[in-house]
Amino acid sequence: MTGSVDVVVVGAGHSGLAMSRYLAAQSIEHVILERGEVANSWVCERWDSLKLLTPNWQNGLPGQSYSGRDPDGYMSMPEVIGFIKGYAADSGAPVLTETEVTSVRRRGRGYHVVSNRGELRTRALVVASGAFNVPAIPRVGRNLPRSLAQLSTHDYRCPEDLESGGVLVVGASASGVQLAAEIARSGRPVTLAVGEHVRMPRVYRGRDIQYWMHASGLLDERYDEVDDLRRVRRLPSPQLVGTTDRSTLDLNALSALGVRLTGSLAAVRGGKAQFSGSLRNVCKLADLKMHRLLDTIDAWIASSDTAEALGPSERFEPTAIPASPHLDLDLERGEFRTVLWATGYRPDYAWLHLPVLDHKGYIRHTGGVAASPGLYVMGLPFLRRRKSSFIHGAEDDAAELSEHLANYLHETSGRIKRAV
Amino acid sequence: MSTQETIDNGVNIDALLGAREALSETPEGARFKWRATSEWAGGTHTKSTVEDYFGLGEEQKHRKAFRHDTDHPEIFASEDHGSTPVEFLLVGLSGCLTAGIATVAQNRGIQLRSVKVSLEAGMDIQGILGIDSDVRNGFDSIRISFDIDADASKEDIEALVAQSQKRSAVFDIVSNPTDVHVAVHKSG
Repeated sequence: MTGSVDVVVVGAGHSGLAMSRYLAAQSIEHVILERGEVANSWVCERWDSLKLLTPNWQNGLPGQSYSGRDPDGYMSMPEVIGFIKGYAADSGAPVLTETEVTSVRRRGRGYHVVSNRGELRTRALVVASGAFNVPAIPRVGRNLPRSLAQLSTHDYRCPEDLESGGVLVVGASASGVQLAAEIARSGRPVTLAVGEHVRMPRVYRGRDIQYWMHASGLLDERYDEVDDLRRVRRLPSPQLVGTTDRSTLDLNALSALGVRLTGSLAAVRGGKAQFSGSLRNVCKLADLKMHRLLDTIDAWIASSDTAEALGPSERFEPTAIPASPHLDLDLERGEFRTVLWATGYRPDYAWLHLPVLDHKGYIRHTGGVAASPGLYVMGLPFLRRRKSSFIHGAEDDAAELSEHLANYLHETSGRIKRAV
Repeated sequence: MSTQETIDNGVNIDALLGAREALSETPEGARFKWRATSEWAGGTHTKSTVEDYFGLGEEQKHRKAFRHDTDHPEIFASEDHGSTPVEFLLVGLSGCLTAGIATVAQNRGIQLRSVKVSLEAGMDIQGILGIDSDVRNGFDSIRISFDIDADASKEDIEALVAQSQKRSAVFDIVSNPTDVHVAVHKSG
């Protein structure tokens, strides 16, 4: 691999492939560099039972909507991988697999891209390498007793891989609640450390909650319309699970499974885990926010001519908190064998040698347009819309960013011509 | 929100939002150091002073020095020159949460008319007296009750209180562990 190309896209997941589709439609010369295979993170970095949080009908990509027989179901990982690989093949996307980008630097008016399979010069670069590259494990993890096994959602596959004995699951977003539930069902006692979280019913008024968020326009809410963009970009994923019975998996459901709830893991000292006394408040916040969301949906249904609710408005029980939640638990007495970090991920831009990273290592960008000419990013939470990090969010973002990119190429080539 | 311009809880929200914006670009300016000095005044009585602090990259001073007395009540055979230190902690907690409620209400366009807070902390003094080493020295729990009159629904008021806890420094300090360093110098 040598020479030059107008656009390099880093990453052949749904975001990179959606961008490629739009670039191809405008006959913009490009290549997608993929460190592994198409849909690599879905292939290598997800647990066995995981299903998408969005129903099948919702998971469209540019030029391809769901055509299967189970629109209300949720794709398993093999299905997601098949779907994305099928999309790459149908699009004829110019993907170079097993090509890991190791360095990107600014050179002249473009970028110099180095990979394990050679080097490229490019005028524009689209970073579509995902938001979930490395597990974000909090610092308190360093003090855990060595006798405990530690793993993250990145390495975890199934409960049977864990030693028998107690499991401390840290984090109560979608991953944390799903894993707490399946590990509890495997017979291992589970304690779930709960920080700020987003509670949602799977089904509301007879329809998937995603349907209402989609239909009412909430998922289309734009990054330049929200009050506090920093906050919404950091929101944990909602406590949802994709199952055939479309059941809700909130903290009350976990308590019913025998999962013990504590506040967030605040410290580990002298072999003891110390938990925050904020459990009641984070649950209260989540209950209030869920009901505010349901208020918004009810108001939208009442005002819409087309809304088809299949059931009455309802409100759910407050999250039940143990009378005195544990403030510390002994990790060395043998009750616990495993700590499972479900504390989220962060992107890895160690290869991106450009002055566009903030002090926390995230790319500075405005709706996906980064602060370096011809540099774009895709697939991050609330990049341009609430739906940006979902599969179906890639289409609108790719449409707009590819247009911006096309203009950039047009304007800069104009300048070069004039200079000549 | 159309009411946002007309409500006034006496909080300069524009200045706070401006500071938030500026400090997210220059996080080093956000590193503050809060200080108190105290001196033993005989018995269990201590006189403390709060005056200077560090923030926004430089030394700062309160408008004046604030002096506080802490002591213990007569049932502890003390002279009761001031609140107990643990009551002071409750004062800090309610001050922090109430300031938070006023700020969040201002930001959300909610006019407050009154905010009353009562706090009660349980403590088994067998801990501090060294009677039973299984009993902790500190509070076993803190109960806080808010009585709020405001132009808002009950849910909106509950959300104010929840958000003020989420953003409260003292709430964080009492609900999470903090590392404490102590240095000792021999003088005189």
